[in-house]
Amino acid sequence: MTIALDLAYVAPTSLEDALGQFAGADGSTMILAGGTDVIAMLRDDVIQPTRLIDLKRIPGLSSVEIREGSLHIGCLATFSDLLASDPVQDRFPGLEEMARLVASVGIRNRATVVGNICSAVPSCDAGPVLLTHDAVIHTAGPAGERAIPIDQWFVGPRRTAIEDGEIVTHLTIPVPRYHHGAAYARLSRTRGEDLAQASVAVLVEPGYRYRVAFGAVAASALRARRIETLLAGSGVDAETIDAAVDLVRDEVAPITDVRATARYRLRMCEVMLRRAVIAATGRAAGDGPRYDVTLV
Amino acid sequence: MRHTITLRVNDEVWPLDVAPSDVLLDVLRGRVGLTSPKAGCERGDCGACTVLLDQRTVRSCLILAVEVDGHEIVTVEGLGMDGLTALQERLVELSAFQCGYCAPGVILSATELLAEAPDPTREEVQEAIAGNLCRCTGYASIVDAVLAAARASTGAAAQEV
Repeated sequence: MTIALDLAYVAPTSLEDALGQFAGADGSTMILAGGTDVIAMLRDDVIQPTRLIDLKRIPGLSSVEIREGSLHIGCLATFSDLLASDPVQDRFPGLEEMARLVASVGIRNRATVVGNICSAVPSCDAGPVLLTHDAVIHTAGPAGERAIPIDQWFVGPRRTAIEDGEIVTHLTIPVPRYHHGAAYARLSRTRGEDLAQASVAVLVEPGYRYRVAFGAVAASALRARRIETLLAGSGVDAETIDAAVDLVRDEVAPITDVRATARYRLRMCEVMLRRAVIAATGRAAGDGPRYDVTLV
Repeated sequence: MRHTITLRVNDEVWPLDVAPSDVLLDVLRGRVGLTSPKAGCERGDCGACTVLLDQRTVRSCLILAVEVDGHEIVTVEGLGMDGLTALQERLVELSAFQCGYCAPGVILSATELLAEAPDPTREEVQEAIAGNLCRCTGYASIVDAVLAAARASTGAAAQEV
């Protein structure tokens, strides 16, 4: 099966050139990075672009490194780049745990983290974890550069706060305190192949300051602030966790689709929240499950 | 507009004239004449189209040929220039495949793993081939063969020391 589309392809070698070519382009021009979503959507005839601007010939966009107290993830950095990164291994175990659960090696070698949140499907894996880490999305475009907090990024299924002509250049993520704990629980049918049916990310920093986010159970990944407020300041005693689990139904809005029913998703969010809060809290204290032990 | 690209495929230089919409998998099979990468799901799930791009496994069904102009591609045909690799020998010995449709992808995924982790755990092998769907074997004999190949090569390395 081939792609029956009259397509133009350009591969600029500088960001300035890419922005120049993208500025004023109509909606039929698309940015191409890893292509694991774009080419799949092209093949499925979900999108019909007339021109692709491939960023992969632009040097310097795939870095994963600490700059001025934040982790800098360039727009061409793949999930495999994340897993191979020393700063990620040392300081962002929650990111590493998430990246390891994304699809399969062959996809992770090509798919970019930035592309994942630009595709912005409700089940995207990077979304919930980046929400708990207060990531910032940096764009360049006709109106200059913008920094968009990730809780303002997702505006609907496959829809983001990006404006016409803008390209996401990188993400920044503040380095969490040393003694933090994180957990990402991801429900899927098979390893290596499936999209998340539901997912929960938890980050806890000293003083029991929790951040909680869900994926695949609403129009886009979302922060669960009522649960965070309820958990704040207390450890993981049974009563508090029960109360937090009771709030899940008020925070998420799962739907029934081919992959799971709404009821199953909601129930599993409750189960996964409990496990993820306990795991993250234990990890912060140094006695939780290892980060390569899956929670579901 | 058509593009003139150059692919280095299994150590051969292939100048090719392609349309931007030409998918790498189709170009490898239809133009270069390599049929080990298979068309399976054609949406990145099954791993049958796996090739090594600059020594990393990728899904050739999700890559346009123009994207990889100037890059290096290796398929199973290119692995066995001097006969079967040690990994392939073990797979044959253990009858690890039945229909064989997934075999090229599995072999390349395991080859990538063994290059990075010469002495992998069973879990690491399972994770490395998790994106290569096999509907015949249940995977056990494949995983055994990969582990046997790893043991043989690390054992040989130990003897050399």
